[in-house]
Amino acid sequence: MKIHEYQARQILADAGIPVPAGQMIESIEAAAPAYKRAVAEAGLGDKGLVVVKAQVHAGGRGKAGFVKLVRSAQEAEDAARFMLTHRMVSPQTPPEGLEVKKLLVAAGVDIAKEYYLAITTDRTTRRNVLIASSEGGVEIEEVAKKNPGAIIKEPIHPLLGLQACQARDIAYRLGFKGKQVAQAAKIMTALAKVYADRDCALAEINPLIVTPSSAAHPDGQVLAIDAKFNFDDNALFRQPAIQGMFDPTEENANELKAAKFGLNYIQLEGNIGCLVNGAGLAMATMDIIKHAGGQPANFLDVGGGATEEAVTEGFRIILSDSSVKGVLVNIFGGIMRCDVIAQAIVNAAQQVGFKVPLVVRLEGTNVQAGRKLLEDARSRIPTMQAASDLSDAAKKVCAAVG
Amino acid sequence: MSILVNASTKVICQGITGSFGAQHTRGCLHYGTKMVGGVTPGKGGTKDENGLPIFDTVRQAVEGTGANATMIFVPPPFAGDAILEALFAGVKVICAITEGVPVQDMVKVRAVLDEHNAGKSAAEKTYLVGPNCPGVITPGPKTGEGAGPASVYTNAGCKIGIMPGYINRHISEAFKKKAVGIVSRSGTLTYEAVWQTSSLGLAQSTCVGIGGDPVRGVGFIDCLELFQNDPDTHAILMIGEIGGSDEEAAAAWAKKHVTKPLAGFIAGRTAPPGRRMGHAGAIISGGEGTAESKIAALQAAGFEIAQTPADMGAAIARAMRL
Repeated sequence: MKIHEYQARQILADAGIPVPAGQMIESIEAAAPAYKRAVAEAGLGDKGLVVVKAQVHAGGRGKAGFVKLVRSAQEAEDAARFMLTHRMVSPQTPPEGLEVKKLLVAAGVDIAKEYYLAITTDRTTRRNVLIASSEGGVEIEEVAKKNPGAIIKEPIHPLLGLQACQARDIAYRLGFKGKQVAQAAKIMTALAKVYADRDCALAEINPLIVTPSSAAHPDGQVLAIDAKFNFDDNALFRQPAIQGMFDPTEENANELKAAKFGLNYIQLEGNIGCLVNGAGLAMATMDIIKHAGGQPANFLDVGGGATEEAVTEGFRIILSDSSVKGVLVNIFGGIMRCDVIAQAIVNAAQQVGFKVPLVVRLEGTNVQAGRKLLEDARSRIPTMQAASDLSDAAKKVCAAVG
Repeated sequence: MSILVNASTKVICQGITGSFGAQHTRGCLHYGTKMVGGVTPGKGGTKDENGLPIFDTVRQAVEGTGANATMIFVPPPFAGDAILEALFAGVKVICAITEGVPVQDMVKVRAVLDEHNAGKSAAEKTYLVGPNCPGVITPGPKTGEGAGPASVYTNAGCKIGIMPGYINRHISEAFKKKAVGIVSRSGTLTYEAVWQTSSLGLAQSTCVGIGGDPVRGVGFIDCLELFQNDPDTHAILMIGEIGGSDEEAAAAWAKKHVTKPLAGFIAGRTAPPGRRMGHAGAIISGGEGTAESKIAALQAAGFEIAQTPADMGAAIARAMRL
């Protein structure tokens, strides 16, 4: 599960990691007061540099004009008006763009140096790992390609957590100086603790910055400017506060509906809908459709324990997609019984109707009962064809769609 | 021979009184697995529908039945604890079927398991299979209908978990007289591979579903090593999918250490980057974990590549020059 930047800032602040003053707003009118509050809290009097950022999960905000630096309350309001009344279009959004409903208004800070800091779970070592780089503010994948030596990876002991000595060592290796070292080390320890306590899948601060030397802070201040969090969906049951940050408007409506029925559905660009049991077989079914010359319209894993009702809902979702010109059902029953799937096909034919070609391949548990159910209902599902195996199924559905 | 489990493996079910636990305990019994009992805290001293004794703890179950393997069906919040309970009680093969175990729980479980196994030989180690997996099966020859206790499918096999047993072939029933070891991250793709190999006249020595989670127990390399050392496994079929780099690591390992014919299939060539494809571990992120990279690695290591999921059986047959 992903969250917004303003929510990520709140998690950091709660963990004692310093972030610049700022707040989330949802209206144009709130922009001017938010500007004034941000500059006041940053100790800048009544005028200063403030950043207004659209709160959407998709990237490419800056280039799309949805991150703006403003220098007055009026400019803040103008930026808010633009962002809240235009759809944001970037390479990461759908072509029609995204509606922006929330903005972050945060104090701008002078930056002396930028760093990268993140925690994730490394699948190879099976441990949480802290990733840090003195080249911050850019995509870490870019740094990894151009200058892999600039990336520090420090494994975290699963039972001890990140130790103070590790954090100190990394701070010195990154080049932090004087009082910055203790500040940076404290941020790393806090981030590692948040990561484990909150069941994160990614906790990233980019950039982590040092402000220029000032009278109050001769060594500068270490601050988190932007943050990104992902959470382990499997652990949300024990993270009610994180669950509360879920924003359904960021998700595909069909994907949400499917999730309610325990189905794993992902909408894709093609025109052949597929309904499969098991994630691996569902992916492989998409692959063989492509191999046979077609394009899958979706990924749909009905899982092993799905009820007749849930599978019927799966068909309803597939058929609600107007680009679907044919449907392939591929079931290898293990826990899932073929007769349950067959009954759901009959139900869907009655309740929704298969106007497009339907190719069914059934194998495994209760296959005879499943085939009989479909045979008996054949006259009511005229667009249905049976397939003898996976390869035959893919060929038939691609031929039917044309 | 076989790997991990065989006809003498004595199995308990943790979570035997839950609906899935009860259903698959019955399924394993009907296959012919030596199910010897189950565990549900608070229900110790009672019996399940099949007359198997239920214990409060795994330790009691092991002492009472001599069990050396377990299948875990307890719900995700308690699955990590259930794995550790089995480990601490000395169970040697732990199959965690449960889907949806928090990753941080598995990070801790793996740390404890790795510490437990450090310096131990293959025979002394505890093997965790899963979580989020279909289990393990070592097929036996068909002796009955598999319809119930009076007519089990086989009296010389062992199925732990949720796989449909009847699609598997024992070597005595396979006209090619060769057995394939199958290791896979996906349950239903394993069934597909079993079905295809059986249809081609091949048997399976053992099939291991290692599960679809990013942090899990045994991996491809563990299974390749076990299969390489098993005289009754004549070839190995490995089924991977997008996400992580385990297939690449396994390919490199196989190139050095495996002398048996190898075939591989990777699911997810058409999966969009950044999306989690059903399995928690099936995600392409930061350019890592693509099907192309895995297929290239397998090819470079001498694996025969199944171009489609319908080609898995034929691919291993090609690798075996059959």
